[in-house]
Amino acid sequence: MPETLTVLIAEDSATDLLLLSTIVRRQGHHVLTASNGAEAVQVFARDRPQLVLMDALMPVMDGFEAARQIKQLAGEALVPIIFLTSLRESEALARCLDAGGDDFLAKPYNQVILAAKINAMDRLRRLQATVLEQRDLIARHHDYLLHEQRVAKAVFDKVAHSGCINAAPNIRYLQSPYALFNGDLLLAAYTPSGDMHVLLGDFTGHGLPAAVGAMPLAEVFYGMTAKGYGLAQTLREMNAKLKRILPVDMFCCATLLCLSVQRRVVEVWNGGMPDGYVHEVATGRRTPLVSRHLPLGVLAPEVFDDGTEVWPMALGDRVFLLSDGVIDTADASEQLFGVERLLEVFAANREPERLFEEIEQVLAGFRGQVRDDVSLVEISLLPGQVLHSSTMQYTDSGQSCPLDWSVSFEFRAETLKRYNPLPYLLQLLLEIHGLRGQSGALYSVMAELYSNALEHGVLGLDSQLKRDVQGFARYYRLRSERLDQLNSGYVRIHVDVLPTEVGGRLSLRIEDSGPGFDVEAMLARPLDIDRLSGRGLNLVRQLSSDVRWTDGGRSVCVEFCWVALA
Amino acid sequence: MSVESEVSLDGKQLTIAIKGRFDFGSHQPFRDSYERFYKVPDVYVVDLKEATYLDSSALGMLLLLRDHAGGDNADVRVINSNSDVRKILAISNFEKLFDIT
Repeated sequence: MPETLTVLIAEDSATDLLLLSTIVRRQGHHVLTASNGAEAVQVFARDRPQLVLMDALMPVMDGFEAARQIKQLAGEALVPIIFLTSLRESEALARCLDAGGDDFLAKPYNQVILAAKINAMDRLRRLQATVLEQRDLIARHHDYLLHEQRVAKAVFDKVAHSGCINAAPNIRYLQSPYALFNGDLLLAAYTPSGDMHVLLGDFTGHGLPAAVGAMPLAEVFYGMTAKGYGLAQTLREMNAKLKRILPVDMFCCATLLCLSVQRRVVEVWNGGMPDGYVHEVATGRRTPLVSRHLPLGVLAPEVFDDGTEVWPMALGDRVFLLSDGVIDTADASEQLFGVERLLEVFAANREPERLFEEIEQVLAGFRGQVRDDVSLVEISLLPGQVLHSSTMQYTDSGQSCPLDWSVSFEFRAETLKRYNPLPYLLQLLLEIHGLRGQSGALYSVMAELYSNALEHGVLGLDSQLKRDVQGFARYYRLRSERLDQLNSGYVRIHVDVLPTEVGGRLSLRIEDSGPGFDVEAMLARPLDIDRLSGRGLNLVRQLSSDVRWTDGGRSVCVEFCWVALA
Repeated sequence: MSVESEVSLDGKQLTIAIKGRFDFGSHQPFRDSYERFYKVPDVYVVDLKEATYLDSSALGMLLLLRDHAGGDNADVRVINSNSDVRKILAISNFEKLFDIT
């Protein structure tokens, strides 16, 4: 049963008008009438009929002009106009359609055909109405989605950019504003000792689902970096957290690195990201940073592998990290950008400062525009980085800080293998208000002395190995092997805090179970800033007020003093 | 894109063949291909002979299958992957979870 329509019939002949009205009414429709074009337009504007039967030739205003005006009034809605005409020439019939008519009906009228045409036009009319309704619905949803994305982006921006990504002078990056909604995440922050941690991640999927994992990941990254945790613990925590909260089919490919200006090294973990590169400026050589691991959030914590690789870097050297959006960028003919093209840009480069722009240009030139899921970051090893004070937020006033106490720790083989006690110790020491201003120096010194005790003392590694690049790699391989096999030995840390007349003093003594070393000879060695080894002790001597070795190098004591605030 | 599955005569092996792009569009058919079997096979084989492309959501789907098949005890084999597909699987180190040939 067809719907009842309101049909406007415009016809100057009263007989025809009566005849038509009767036929249309009998079909169950409601009829409005007009005796010329102008009247038809008027009635249409007032009553909005759903369908119009229009005589072509009428006085005052003909059907063609009336059809044009009615179509204009109707706007996007389809109001079918069927021309009634005794015209026979095809040119005249075509004019009916040109004027906006949807069909025509030749006189004399055939009831059956008229009913069929009205029904057919009604189907079209309803189809159009449905399309418009759905279009509007989609548009509303789309607006809503965009609004949600804008709000989410504002929140995510606060999280993702609370680190030093924009402030650090040694970082350049290319990332579209909505890259996060393609799952790309770029984070950077300083550790207490002034090293820089950088994470480039790529979540599976697109849109909000891809972005939600970014929040917990960023929280872990910033929190643990600020507290002085190393890559291994941070990775473990990130993996465990993502594994716990993400659905099985979601994970995060990621490269996490620690760039140390003091030690001139970069430590890297890559799970599922395309090769990154260490670009040596002096030789032009590139070391690929290859994915050795499953992405974050795939493996259970028990089987997660936090093994990192360490590479030496000279001042001015750069690390490049990129997302698969770079390699998968396709040009107009679906040709992929690919790794080869990227390597060609590296090879053709003459001025290292321009390398980043060159990649950017070639990439943009390849496609004509940069895609939304392209992330590219360059991190340079620049000299003269000041120690950044801890970025931790303190909520206490310092009134209740402990000023007269001591504590001793002994970390034995099983613990040395898998636990880094420094973040815990640092947090403990930063309970002392007066030390907070020098947290960077304090952490650097502790980190240096602890790794000396562990690597040279307990593990018996010779720092001379780190003379050249090959030796360097060998050093870190040996370190990991010996640590794995370690079943005896210890590192002891004694902390002694005493109040003084002006403030207080911290004595930190670190002992190890190793064979010791010739302190005199070591300190007499010339200061060679470009050597890969031996920077640690100089750093310690610069940063703490007093350094003394005893027990044949097996025990070292440093002091930090502070002045109480009035 | 199409996903076809077939159980061996003894019911012990389910083979899922992917044709064309293996991406988010295959999500539902891929899940249906193993979830609709009442009997649990011992071995799942994903045949990528005619798969032209694979993205990260496809990797996610493989993880779903592995989870369905018993997680760490699952026997899921990915066979006939072409060199491009193999490269993608290699970057993510999926050979640590799947038997890839």
